[in-house]
Amino acid sequence: MDNIKDSIRSYILEEFLPGENPAALTDTTTLITGGILDSLATVKLVAFLEENFGVQVEAHEMTADYLDTVEDIARLVQSKQ
Amino acid sequence: MFSQEGLFRFLEETTRRYPDRVAVVEPGKWGISYRELDELSDQMRAYLQGLGIQRGDRVGIYLHKSIDSVAAIFGILKCGAAYVPVDATAPPARNAYILMDCSVKAVILEEQFLDKFQAELGSYEPRPELLVLSGTGRGEPLRKALSGALKVAGNTPGQSAAPSLDDLAYILYTSGSTGRPKGVMLTHRAAISYVDWCSEVFSPSPEDRFSSHAPFHFDLSILDIYVPIKHGATLVLIGEEVGKDPQRLAALIAEERITMWYSTPSILSMMAQYGKMERHEYSALRVINFAGEVFPIKHLKTLKAIIPKPRYFNLYGPTETNVCTYYEVPEAIPPDRSQPFPIGKACSHYRIRVVDENGKDVLPGEEGELVASGPGMMTGYWNLPERTANAFLVDETGKRWYRTGDVVFEDADGDYIFIGRRDRMVKKRGYRIELGEIEAGLYRHPEVKEAAVIALPDSENGVKIKAFLSFTGDRRPSIIEMKRFCVDNLPAYMVPDIFAFEDLLPKTSTDKINYQLLKEMSN
Repeated sequence: MDNIKDSIRSYILEEFLPGENPAALTDTTTLITGGILDSLATVKLVAFLEENFGVQVEAHEMTADYLDTVEDIARLVQSKQ
Repeated sequence: MFSQEGLFRFLEETTRRYPDRVAVVEPGKWGISYRELDELSDQMRAYLQGLGIQRGDRVGIYLHKSIDSVAAIFGILKCGAAYVPVDATAPPARNAYILMDCSVKAVILEEQFLDKFQAELGSYEPRPELLVLSGTGRGEPLRKALSGALKVAGNTPGQSAAPSLDDLAYILYTSGSTGRPKGVMLTHRAAISYVDWCSEVFSPSPEDRFSSHAPFHFDLSILDIYVPIKHGATLVLIGEEVGKDPQRLAALIAEERITMWYSTPSILSMMAQYGKMERHEYSALRVINFAGEVFPIKHLKTLKAIIPKPRYFNLYGPTETNVCTYYEVPEAIPPDRSQPFPIGKACSHYRIRVVDENGKDVLPGEEGELVASGPGMMTGYWNLPERTANAFLVDETGKRWYRTGDVVFEDADGDYIFIGRRDRMVKKRGYRIELGEIEAGLYRHPEVKEAAVIALPDSENGVKIKAFLSFTGDRRPSIIEMKRFCVDNLPAYMVPDIFAFEDLLPKTSTDKINYQLLKEMSN
């Protein structure tokens, strides 16, 4: 689980928060409701998850209910592995 | 040459011809027939007329896209008033500014926005009348609110107004460089001349099913709403959530058997890349229109490979003119083509010129500013006479030409090629953004000392927006904190993609922020 979180965190920092202090992005930082991931960013994140972890994210899961924090995202990935 | 007097006559005429055809669909939920839509908008009209609303007035629409909001639009038009749609997802302060700026007499809004909207109104006088809907969907909340207010459900006294073609039909607010959005005023004549041009080019039939992807405060909605209603076709409403989701959207276009699609290139690019479109079948689609920004050729090729059958049109024009030039993409795109396609030639209701700084025509092939003149033009910006005057070039004969600010040239085939902008306006995912409005938003942060925003090229979004900030104290907020602040203060599409924090921003010799250097620092 920690490995999954680390790789999600570094992807988000690199792609959507260039220049941010890594410590500012915690497991519970809200990403979609907090304005860090917009719709295009969410689509790209899902493409990253599908490619990196070999999982399929369904269209109805591409929402803040499933993807709002690093914790949520890792849980979704793990549940599908 | 104009087919009707008053934009709402399209609905009345079609209702007489095809009362039982489906006018508007909310996918997965409900459709409303022409007769029902006409009746519901009559109730809307009767309610507004009861408030004394008439020709020359304005009414705000603060609703999610729905059968309710379509009926509200026609009700307002039937009073002879102009509608002012706001972005239900934008910060309430921005929406309140817009509706107060053009002093609407009434606002139709959803209950969920009521408290914040009233708080933003503050002591503003005279307060607009509010028609509060419990939500939106199927036209039910509107019907309920109206029957409560009218207490005469089913009985709609009075009749539609008889507006002149020069009366305002709607005001669409776009980003303003000073930080305040500005209202583009459009008449019945402007809308009808454009709808008639669409009829001529796209030959719609009652069998067509039009997409409504763009929100109603966006000028793409004019084609979406009025062309199908003029021809007795069906309008398929797509809400914000599904509209941003390439997979669900790709499925919806197939399931709803959409025949006429219209959107910005961004969402088409996203569907081509991430929409898993190969799972679906698109044989119903006959036209794909795109507008609002340059369509990167790479993604257009991908899309055409997946859906080869329809005709593809690049439609061009700012909100101030709506579509004024168009170009049909050739059936086969040469594999070595890397340049985007032209914006094409003038629509039949427009004249186009390319001029230099002095307003003189340049030679074909030379760069200049595209100016357009025709019945589709705005009359001006609401309450901004100076900006309105600057927006037009007046020629020797007194004719007004709208200065688009877009730099173009005419190629050997007589097609116009878009090169870039003269000012600080950019397009991101088809949204028009004045970088100055983002800066004004950033300055509202109590600790921001200086803010400068630039746009960097980006193949997916059109541009990436980068904000340079310096702060008053020693504390530097995190980028996450700044993004949150922006989300609360700016529409989502204006939130910068990249932040850079500096001790001081670089200045020119005249002590202005050195944007050139900021751009170089970003390369």
